[in-house]
Amino acid sequence: MATPETLAIMAVRYGSDFAQTAQSLEYGKRVNVNGVEVSLHPAGHVLGSAQVAARTKGITITASGDYKRRRDPTCTGFEPVPSDVFITEATFGLPVFRHPPDSHEIGKLIHSLQQFPERAHLVGAYALGKAQRVMMLLREAGYDETIYVHGALEKLNRLYESFGVDLGPWQTVSGVKSDFAGKVIIAPPSAIADRWSRRFPDPVSAFASGWMSVRARVRQRGVELPIILSDHADWDELTDTLTELNPTEVWITHGRDDALSRWAQLNGMTARALHLVGYDEEDDEPIEEAIE
Amino acid sequence: MKAFAELLDRLSLTASRNAKLRLIRDHLASVPDPDRGWALAALTGGLTFKEAKANIIRRVVEERVDAELFRMSYDYVGDLAETVALIWPTLHGANREPEVSEVIEALTHAKRGEVYGLIENWLDALDADGRWALLKLVTGALRVGVSARLAWQAAADYGGVDVADIQEVWHGQEPPYVDMLAWLDGKGERPQVEAHGRFRPVMLAHPIDETTEMPRLNPVDFVAEWKWDGIRIQAVAEGDIRRLYSRTGEDISHAFPDVVEAMDFHGVIDGELIVLRDGQMGSFSDLQQRLNRKTVDAKRMAAYPAGIRAYDLLAEGDEDTRPLPFSERRARLEAFVAAIQSPHLDLSPLVQIEGWEELAELRANPPEGDARLAEGFMLKRHDSIYEAGRPKGPWFKWKRDPMLVDAVLMYAQRGHGKRSSFYSDFTFGVWTTDEVGQRVLTPVGKAYFGFTDEELKQLDKFVRNNTTDRFGPVRAVTATPEFGLVLEIAFEGLQRSTRHKSGIAMRFPRINRIRWDKPAGEADELGVLEGILIPTGT
Repeated sequence: MATPETLAIMAVRYGSDFAQTAQSLEYGKRVNVNGVEVSLHPAGHVLGSAQVAARTKGITITASGDYKRRRDPTCTGFEPVPSDVFITEATFGLPVFRHPPDSHEIGKLIHSLQQFPERAHLVGAYALGKAQRVMMLLREAGYDETIYVHGALEKLNRLYESFGVDLGPWQTVSGVKSDFAGKVIIAPPSAIADRWSRRFPDPVSAFASGWMSVRARVRQRGVELPIILSDHADWDELTDTLTELNPTEVWITHGRDDALSRWAQLNGMTARALHLVGYDEEDDEPIEEAIE
Repeated sequence: MKAFAELLDRLSLTASRNAKLRLIRDHLASVPDPDRGWALAALTGGLTFKEAKANIIRRVVEERVDAELFRMSYDYVGDLAETVALIWPTLHGANREPEVSEVIEALTHAKRGEVYGLIENWLDALDADGRWALLKLVTGALRVGVSARLAWQAAADYGGVDVADIQEVWHGQEPPYVDMLAWLDGKGERPQVEAHGRFRPVMLAHPIDETTEMPRLNPVDFVAEWKWDGIRIQAVAEGDIRRLYSRTGEDISHAFPDVVEAMDFHGVIDGELIVLRDGQMGSFSDLQQRLNRKTVDAKRMAAYPAGIRAYDLLAEGDEDTRPLPFSERRARLEAFVAAIQSPHLDLSPLVQIEGWEELAELRANPPEGDARLAEGFMLKRHDSIYEAGRPKGPWFKWKRDPMLVDAVLMYAQRGHGKRSSFYSDFTFGVWTTDEVGQRVLTPVGKAYFGFTDEELKQLDKFVRNNTTDRFGPVRAVTATPEFGLVLEIAFEGLQRSTRHKSGIAMRFPRINRIRWDKPAGEADELGVLEGILIPTGT
């Protein structure tokens, strides 16, 4: 069971036979599953992303899944659901993670294009959601040139367009080296360090990720132009959401549950870490993504 | 502060020298006085504030943030200034952002008790990048990979002048260098450089090509000096001012009080800074005990006494001797040094040239004594005036042939910038025998140049095809007696080192040749390197 957008994304990623049966459920519609009333609500993470709310015997439990609070031109914004129990993610659950305004971050890219017009600007961005968001933010900043993308992004870009996200002029990478001087090329993060990137003239390696606010991470990856842009809530968004919803209990999954628990405790909330198996600190915003 | 913060941010993450130059040049072009001059002062290490210390910053943040959350964050980020910059809770409606000049002005005049409040207010007014830049600025530890020389080069590029002009003008100016920048803008005169104690841009030599250039030169026109293995310095003593400059014009006097005290003269000497014990030169590793230090204690000075081996005289009294021919400067230098009579100063002897072949023989087999520690010869024309920069023709350096060793590639690390998609930093090892009698490789050095672009592609391919293990950006490659890649490494010398497992450290290693043909098992043994170790001093 998923939103129509999510089902479409899964079909693109895993083939049309990705599941034996699929049930499509639009945001806000309620269905009854074995006596539990279930509904999906926008999470603002990527296109089609949803929180799941389950109601039974007068109690509402909502699982946020991955979410963010700030505006994203590629997907529906997060909708707060009043809940007794709120299960929150905590990928960026440390107070050092405060993502700056998107316009500031995309401005760094635009400024660099002006400053280094002879160099290709290679932007590593997760193929689902982040890549399209970078493209839309560039458009909003007035950048109307063709954006070049790695082949791995083509299908998802088309899918986003079919859901009404207008990405402007873009094409997959082809041509000779000099064609890419001063151009923006968007590729999955792993392609940046790959031999694939050698076709570009003296590339400025940029990376759009929430992890880019920490310099050690930036250096480790050899990134020259960090773009702090995340599809996950930052510390302020996480804590503001808990304050706004003020649930009876907060359960915390993947990420820095220790720090967010500490905050909840300081603010008089009942919180517990779920310690779900199979989630690493970084699993949720993949630093490396396999391509090929 | 925004522009300065962005500059520091970009510089700290940019590997390419040209890109760094452009970033600084653009900053000088787009930021008004006095902030651009203060930025230049910060980049060249010219700013220190006594009262702003790390413990104040820690106290400020502990007032604002839960100690437990701060500890978790600091553990994660690993750097105090960065943690504070990121964790500082934004206060909406805070004060206007301070300009760089306001920060510097306020800190310069602040009393001890006032610093805390100033920093707290500024942190409130800035964003995360700004806070990071502020904390770097006030603690004086920029560490953005920019040398003073690079900053001067950028200023020279900006003004369309020679870097030697900047160096000459620089030490007569005070931050924020308004007059100098006006001159670079083309809106003012070149500032006067008559100031006592200023740096004179140095004259450098070209390497000589033995096969093509040397036969065309007449040995009668030249004189030779041993090329000493120390660091080039300029000793300036004029009026009350005594300064010791590095060859790029950085003032390093504070680390060599023993030398500065001995500079009892009026003039400017060009020479080599070495460890000088009873007229005998120490090894380069002795000298390293004195380098890159802010201060030095008496014990270290006694164990490693520094001195100047003089080879040129740039000013005698207030007379500029640079326009004189070398032979005349040399005669004056000999008398000048003889008159000073200090154990911290001696004269670099001249070597008369019978002919190039005789000199080659001497270069290969230097006589007993300090000459054994020399790197080769300097060749100087009798009639050469002292010109800034690296003019072609008057001076040559003729280095000894490098030492060579065949080593096996063990690890490779991804490069930066242009090379970020290449494995371009290579760790290599030689054979030794471990505790259980097994023949194993021990790493002896790391090289990241010496190869062509084409060879880099081949090396990169070898690494990718023979990877056995990965650690972050580093790959281990197959390296056994049966299979591995042999690299012929050229290097300038060896020293004992306690930091390296093999017990040795190479100077200036680079890849001389890739020995695709040579079986890994036939690469050299550690014993070969131990045989050519330079003995260290006391």
